[in-house]
Amino acid sequence: MKLRRLTLIGIPYFWLLALFLIPFGIVLKISLSDIALAIPPYTPTLDISGGWQAFRDFLSELDLENFEFLTTDDLYWKAYLSSLKIAAISTLLALLIGFPMAYGMAKAREDWRPTLMMLVILPFWTSFLIRVYAWVGILSTEGYLNQFLMGIGIIGDPLVILNTSTAVYIGIVYTYLPFMILPIYATLERLDESLIEAAEDLGCSRISAFWLVTMPLSKNGVIAGCFLVFIPVIGEFVIPALLGGSKTLMIGKVLWEEFFSNRDWPVASAVAIILLLVLIIPIVLFQRNEQKQREAEQ
Amino acid sequence: MNQDTSGNAFAPWNDASEKPLITFKNVTKKFGEFVAISDLNLDIYAREFFALLGPSGCGKTTLMRMLAGFETPTSGVIELAGQDIAAIPPNKREVNMMFQSYALFPHLNIWDNIAFGLRREKMPKDQMEARVEEMLRLTKMEKFARRKPHQVSGGQRQRVALARSLAKAPKLLLLDEPLGALDAKLRQDTQFELMDIQESTGTTFVIVTHDQEEAMTVASRVAVMDHGKLVQVDTPDVIYETPNSVYVADFIGDVNIIEGTAEANGESVSLTWAEGQPALIGSANQPISKVASAAMAIRPEKIAISSKKPTDRTNVLQGKVLDIAYLGNISTYHVQLDNGTVIKAQIANTRRIARRNFTWKDPVWLSWTDTAGIVLAV
Repeated sequence: MKLRRLTLIGIPYFWLLALFLIPFGIVLKISLSDIALAIPPYTPTLDISGGWQAFRDFLSELDLENFEFLTTDDLYWKAYLSSLKIAAISTLLALLIGFPMAYGMAKAREDWRPTLMMLVILPFWTSFLIRVYAWVGILSTEGYLNQFLMGIGIIGDPLVILNTSTAVYIGIVYTYLPFMILPIYATLERLDESLIEAAEDLGCSRISAFWLVTMPLSKNGVIAGCFLVFIPVIGEFVIPALLGGSKTLMIGKVLWEEFFSNRDWPVASAVAIILLLVLIIPIVLFQRNEQKQREAEQ
Repeated sequence: MNQDTSGNAFAPWNDASEKPLITFKNVTKKFGEFVAISDLNLDIYAREFFALLGPSGCGKTTLMRMLAGFETPTSGVIELAGQDIAAIPPNKREVNMMFQSYALFPHLNIWDNIAFGLRREKMPKDQMEARVEEMLRLTKMEKFARRKPHQVSGGQRQRVALARSLAKAPKLLLLDEPLGALDAKLRQDTQFELMDIQESTGTTFVIVTHDQEEAMTVASRVAVMDHGKLVQVDTPDVIYETPNSVYVADFIGDVNIIEGTAEANGESVSLTWAEGQPALIGSANQPISKVASAAMAIRPEKIAISSKKPTDRTNVLQGKVLDIAYLGNISTYHVQLDNGTVIKAQIANTRRIARRNFTWKDPVWLSWTDTAGIVLAV
């Protein structure tokens, strides 16, 4: 009986250990190492056969050099700030577009809702990479958007959208919109219609009933949606790489370049560790919001 | 209840000089092809406690939602204090509603829930506070003012909903199945509280319910509805004692319905109903044509059971006890007549059960007076 309980608790902990803590430990170790022309491309490597002395030597060679390096080159903190800015603006845009869509879905006729929900989820059936590539075809100077706009005579010269931050925002908002819509839809759909009627009955106009009742009661869905967009966008790499060109600075791209172009694994690992620390704050806030919501429902 | 100061019974519906607070004039409401309310006329007077009673789907909730402003009539006019209210949106009507689900705002505490309507009409702060405190006192919720709705019990939520809907001192308060979510004991207590509050505030209440006992208890008048029409509108005792149709008789309380052919005979009506059984004598509250198919409605508690044939009663039938339902204060006897018909009779259990007179299979006589049964056209 006790063994069964231990197994039950043990499995998720083992999972966390194997898939999170051990990889994290490895990355942390690499971030404290030095770059080397070797395989793997860093020193020191731990040689267990050397015994205790080898382990102490190994430890003494680890240092915070790479983290110090990150502070000397302004590329890194600019990339962090730029990522935060892009994530914040994209989250806001996704909210402004996603909320009305979720509201519309929740107010739609009941037999329509599964279909609308399906339409929101449908893009997930295609590879994310292909969908982002498709935007290249739409947004490029010879792309469908420019052809269409020039065809109907709104513009004379093609707009330059691809390889600008506009293209990055379009790509991010497009990709992450379902993560905003679904949690908001979930809270709005559960909202008791009689609450709105009660507000109107007590003297609210339609609009004030929306602000005084619908908005506060969908707060948890809005917060959840914002975090679900904000957190992954900070580390986003594919979208700025494909749509943003060389000018868009995002930490995910810097990370990729350090790893694969410079083959500087230690600095790349340091960038990743800092990124993780930056993300911990919103993740903790997100978890607390979720927990509060669960408590309120009990 | 509903006694005015002079001691006369409260009955403005009998007074031609009284102006009704609410008037429905030929109101029809259709949802697509479905007719929810069909050409309905009704007057409700100020200070009334008016109950709309009927099975689910009879249109009673639609009728109430039209008063609140959430539905508009397809045709016809609804007047509140002489004014057509069709064009007035719910937030501008001097009508408040207590919702079946209570619809308390979960993000606001009880104090703020009650103050919600007052804040919307921009009432000065000190007046508003006094009004909220008054409502809390009225519903005995002072101690819970700072709690959120999910932190109080179902009965307390019901009071908060009532306080919130009364806070704006509406001309008319609508109650949609207000006690439906409460258990039987709490429901009974709350019924009396509702009556007290209705009386002390002088507000006109319109209550929707499918529970006939609740309607009978609280209401000054009851409207029995079926398929979007009013079948009978009257005081509870008239509805019970002299229903105008088999539907009403059957819907309100327990009843025996005996079908047959009626023949008017001066004041009384005789009903021939089965071969080998004597004709039954009853009264009719509507004129019966000379010979017509009809039904007699007779309440079980008006039927006496005896072991010897009674001589002083007009209607006497013989049968055997088939079943006894012991309900504590009363027992219902199911008596089977020779022709197979089963008649229910009720007797108050004034004596201990061990000393009960009749048991299963006993031959008994059922009897009732010539005024106890009502003969209704079918």
